[in-house]
Amino acid sequence: MVSVRGVVNRFGTQVVHDGVDLDVYPGEVLGIVGGSGSGKSVLLRTMLGLHRPTAGQVLVRGRDITTLSDAEMLDVKRSYGVTFQHGALFSALTVAENIKLPIREFFAPEEATLDALAELRIRMVGLSVETGAKLPSQLSGGMVKRAALARALALDPSLLFLDEPTAGLDPISAAGFDELVGYLQKSLDLTIIMITHDLDTLIATCDRIAVLVDRKLVTDTLEGLMQNSHPWIREYFHGPRARSVRR
Amino acid sequence: MTALLQTSGAGTGLELRLAGGWCIDNVAAMEKALQLFRALDARQIRVRYGGIERLDLSGAWLLRQALRATRERGIDVTEVDAPPDHFPFIEEFAAAETAPAETSARPRLRPLGRTAAWIGRDALERTESAREALGFFGRVVATFMGAMLKPKHLRLPSIVRHVHETGIQAVPIVALIALLISVIVAYLGSQQLVNFGAEIFTVDLVAIAVLREMGVLLTAIIVAGRSGSAFAAEIGVMELNDEVDALQATGFDPFEVLVLPRVLGLIIALPLLTIIADAMGLIGGALLSILLLDISLEQFIVRLQDALAPTTFWAGIVKAPVFAALIAMVGTLRGMQVRDSSRELGRLTTVAVVQSIFLVILADALFAILFVEIDF
Repeated sequence: MVSVRGVVNRFGTQVVHDGVDLDVYPGEVLGIVGGSGSGKSVLLRTMLGLHRPTAGQVLVRGRDITTLSDAEMLDVKRSYGVTFQHGALFSALTVAENIKLPIREFFAPEEATLDALAELRIRMVGLSVETGAKLPSQLSGGMVKRAALARALALDPSLLFLDEPTAGLDPISAAGFDELVGYLQKSLDLTIIMITHDLDTLIATCDRIAVLVDRKLVTDTLEGLMQNSHPWIREYFHGPRARSVRR
Repeated sequence: MTALLQTSGAGTGLELRLAGGWCIDNVAAMEKALQLFRALDARQIRVRYGGIERLDLSGAWLLRQALRATRERGIDVTEVDAPPDHFPFIEEFAAAETAPAETSARPRLRPLGRTAAWIGRDALERTESAREALGFFGRVVATFMGAMLKPKHLRLPSIVRHVHETGIQAVPIVALIALLISVIVAYLGSQQLVNFGAEIFTVDLVAIAVLREMGVLLTAIIVAGRSGSAFAAEIGVMELNDEVDALQATGFDPFEVLVLPRVLGLIIALPLLTIIADAMGLIGGALLSILLLDISLEQFIVRLQDALAPTTFWAGIVKAPVFAALIAMVGTLRGMQVRDSSRELGRLTTVAVVQSIFLVILADALFAILFVEIDF
């Protein structure tokens, strides 16, 4: 579905990624993990086409997005949805308006249809219909994340990118969000790439995990990574906070 | 209060007895005591901690530093009794100290060298900045061309909103300021002209000054302050919130959605505001003439018609769209450059206003030269 080949990202003299390779298979949930400052957000932006890498290719459904024209890139952007770390909802618009914006832009249906489509997505993520009329500033943290997910699903994408979806959520909300992601993934047959620190989320939802260490990616299942001998990976999965992994 | 440090003995038998409260609220006393450490001249000292009544982390840290410095000077320090509990804790993280911060690898230049370096760096930054601005301008024009071919991309509701916010909402302030300034200018001028019995020419003065220059320039400066900062701040906050990234990831072109509507909105609004400013300016001049100079309204109007050339009004109004484009593009460009922090937002908003006012005045000067050359 998504392949990253030999991506190098250099900013001045600082090399953030040095030959990153990744293959994401259709229908899987892949977690991306890495220390703070290891370049997870840059990798995400490279895969989204928001950042052109210094070298390397990013293939989405077989097409190298680093070489596409703006019009072709638009096609690609329509096929995926993104949630950003702090929601990044358009603060001047209500939740419903946030969801309707991409639909209206690309398909221009009637207003009543838009209302219905927005309502579907709002309910799909477990929010009440009244939430649609609220502004992002009026929502709690958990609701912001769900609303962002609803907007990411606006165009019925088959590929979803989630940037730290459970960051800042209390354990109950985080577990609820994990469940939601799992449920939507099965129901809609989504391929999901998520950046997360949350070990519980990694265990609960991810099929494979890619670890960003030493400016490269090491991809494996959880069991495989538990056996990995790299010092950072050992610390991550066997450290004092990895209680849930040890169970 | 017990002295924090007491010495007894001398030579090889010098003993330092620490006592009292080594806490942050005693910092002045601690500093005095530590000076004693620095003044020590023995080759061997013994330290006794037993008398310390209160000790907090700050006191422990200062003490440790002092003991360390003393050892480094070659004085042998032995502890007579057990050091306080704080010390092992401090040792843990002090031991993890990395090498002292690397001094900058940059060669230390003499003042002349430093100035040259600064000039060089500044020149490079300005060139880069100019290149970025040119690129931005080109992109706006390209987006506009694209939008003309596909009218659906023109986002009329957005343009209308901006015309409302930058134009209609600015009418009161622009009208008031235009009125006041023209009254002031007319007053000053008339005071001089009255010496020659030529106060009727105040009308000429007002007409030409307001319509050719002041109407459009004042309006542009007010709008630069109002809307230049608004554009930079609105877009800047969106950048900080990742909203611009979200737009791009959803397939929207920020230039089409954010920049172009603002530019077009202002290009429509500013000339209309200028007309209002011109009118208020003439009214202000008329008021002054009627009330202060004993010029009747009929006289004013007749004189005005004589004073106005066909080009007077147009020389002013033709500058308005140009000023509008400058203000809008500077505002939106600076907004899109905001990254990382609220401080950047504040700085770039300020830069937007200052630069747009500067460019407006510069453009005005260039127009003046042009008009003289082509006799407009």
